[in-house]
Amino acid sequence: MLYAQFRPALVALALLTLLTGLVYPFFVTLVAQVAFPNQARGSLIVENGTVVGSALIGQAFDTPNYFWGRPSATAPFAYNAAASSGSNLGPTNPALLDAVKARVETLRAADPQNTAPIPVDLVTASASGLDPHISVAGAEYQIGRVARSRGLDESRVRALVAQFTEGRVLGILGEPRVNVLLLNRALDALK
Amino acid sequence: MTISLIAQLALYFVILIAAGFPLGLYMARVYQGEKTFLDPLLAPLEHWMYRLFGIRPTDEMNWKTYALAMLVFNVLGFAVVYALQRVQGFLPLNPQALGAVSPDSSFNTAISFASNTNWQGYGGETTMSYLTQMLGMTVQNFVSAATGMAVLAAFIRGLVRHNSNTLGNFWTDLTRTVLYILLPLSIVLAVLLVSQGVVQTLTPYATAHLLEPTTDANGAAVTTQIIALGPAASQIAIKQLGTNGGGFFNVNSSHPFENATPLSNFFEMLSILLIPAALCFTFGKMVNDMRQGWALLITMLVVLIAFVGLTMLAEQNGNPAFTPLGIDQSATNLQGGGNMEGKEVRFGIPNSALWSIATTAASNGSVNSMHDSYMPLGGFSQLVMMQLGEVIFGGVGSGLYGLLVFVILAVFIAGLMVGRTPEYLGKKIEIYEMKMASLLILIMPIIVLGFAALAVVNDLALTSRLNPGAHGFSEILYAFSSTGNNNGSAFAGLVANTFFYNTLGGIAMWIARYWLAIPTLALAGSLARKKKVPESAGTLPTHSPLFVGWLIAVVLIVGALNFLPALALGPVVEQLMLR
Repeated sequence: MLYAQFRPALVALALLTLLTGLVYPFFVTLVAQVAFPNQARGSLIVENGTVVGSALIGQAFDTPNYFWGRPSATAPFAYNAAASSGSNLGPTNPALLDAVKARVETLRAADPQNTAPIPVDLVTASASGLDPHISVAGAEYQIGRVARSRGLDESRVRALVAQFTEGRVLGILGEPRVNVLLLNRALDALK
Repeated sequence: MTISLIAQLALYFVILIAAGFPLGLYMARVYQGEKTFLDPLLAPLEHWMYRLFGIRPTDEMNWKTYALAMLVFNVLGFAVVYALQRVQGFLPLNPQALGAVSPDSSFNTAISFASNTNWQGYGGETTMSYLTQMLGMTVQNFVSAATGMAVLAAFIRGLVRHNSNTLGNFWTDLTRTVLYILLPLSIVLAVLLVSQGVVQTLTPYATAHLLEPTTDANGAAVTTQIIALGPAASQIAIKQLGTNGGGFFNVNSSHPFENATPLSNFFEMLSILLIPAALCFTFGKMVNDMRQGWALLITMLVVLIAFVGLTMLAEQNGNPAFTPLGIDQSATNLQGGGNMEGKEVRFGIPNSALWSIATTAASNGSVNSMHDSYMPLGGFSQLVMMQLGEVIFGGVGSGLYGLLVFVILAVFIAGLMVGRTPEYLGKKIEIYEMKMASLLILIMPIIVLGFAALAVVNDLALTSRLNPGAHGFSEILYAFSSTGNNNGSAFAGLVANTFFYNTLGGIAMWIARYWLAIPTLALAGSLARKKKVPESAGTLPTHSPLFVGWLIAVVLIVGALNFLPALALGPVVEQLMLR
């Protein structure tokens, strides 16, 4: 009885492996590369022939003249897109509170005049460690600092933030957000 | 905010039912061997495959043969995934030159994917070659889901047939599930996901020059970013549809390349519950009484929505410890707010909380946010969803046969109360059925609680915790609730890629899957042999609101009796410590 099932098991596994493990992914790859080549290859941003990032993957920023993204828990450096990771710290873990406190202090020190409450996404680590977005509030909180350190009018920076704000899909799904890398690249392109 | 939250929820459940209904009826045709609109395309391939298998599709199996076929097929699949990981260094499609995976991790991962659990002790982009992901992971995503659905089809036949010794043919159920259901749905979903930015390529990882250089942990300058890529969309489609959940990248569907936009998130989240919900309609159609299917679906929805509500509330309220630091966690037009540790801005609280409950309820185990960082009541809800035995939606196939076992228990208890012989769909529930049902309900908590107890008295196992105190215990309880119920999600702070967790977790997944599937088939075999008793005035209707309420109570009471003491030591304590 065992042997009777052995042949179909072996052949079924072989055929289904061929079908779902090779034919299926190659077929999807083919369709993807033809229909959506840019997305399928990682939405890469190419400038003068070199890749300077992906529109979907955040980068680390810590100088005052750039907008800062979410804190990132990837190792050994923030926004390591070869090893995605969240912090996995629990809500009552003292290490979480210490990290958040330190982030609050860094933000306050970079912009002492700004006494507004800090939007929560600016001081909490994202799930992927690669979150390309901050909330609109998170961007507005930083407008004053960025404008000052670049010697720009706040209204110009504000207009740029508005330009890079993505709304909810169909007005319903997801949350309004700003892509930090795209915004910072646009900032550099100003002048 | 509240409006957007309710709108997102409403849209989700309306589309889930609207898409699940026709899919369920279609799947009934597939399992009853009827013609479908895909026949012109697939029937020749299907019959060619049967010829190579050396079987006649009309050959019927009794429950023992069916179980044996299922086991032989799964053991072979396990062996292939194990071997692939051990030798991937010598095989092609490995652009990052990743080496062999350790024996205990390979063992754990092979069981994990064969058993439809997809617990992952490893990080995908740093461990598995493209070939291993495709031939190992993706294949098992299909066939483990198909295995669960095949066993369900056999179980339903057991209820429908009378005076019969047979339950169908495992090989045709398996093949038809993959060809007619999983492959077409996966192709459509994969292409939709790529359109949103989910990657699908065989090129090596990309290197990007950073706009602003940064420094690593040792103070060295970092000017480039290696961006992991791969054939992700094709694997993600089936991982979502087949309640598998194993991510292509380490952080699963919170990675922008696995889940790029709120729209991709909607499709992936819909796919978590789509087949489990649709199978309720398949069931209704096959037993020729759609009301029975609706009753089961409503049972699942009521429990699910209650816990979604609890989790959303806990997460949206945020972390009280942050408020004194001058942090704004409120939801406004400019930000989602809430407990954003371990969550992505594009999803916000509603989509993260809904996903986390759907994925733990459905034995999917994929995540779009880090469960370890949820507020205590959020983590509590995720734990409960798994500890109810993965019967609220549950794994594709396995969830519904799990709930049907609870139905049998519910009619039995009700029968005791009114002093009548319990019956379900015209089948008398007798000693043998109750023995099997009791086995099915008792094995899981014994494994989960027993293994968690072993871990907390083992010093080495304890060092795996990332978080101190009650939350650290929750990490361990979560690990065995997840493996012991074939869920696969994790409180990922726990360092699970150790000999202890790989081995014990592997055993838990093995038992949870096969030691439950076999008694389920035995139960089906016994039901099929019975004669049908006509409905009488004493028959308890199993489609009424009263019965739905009764079934919910039975599921919750059994779950609570098993796990409340353990939950009290973890998330409950942590919640009390918040104040």
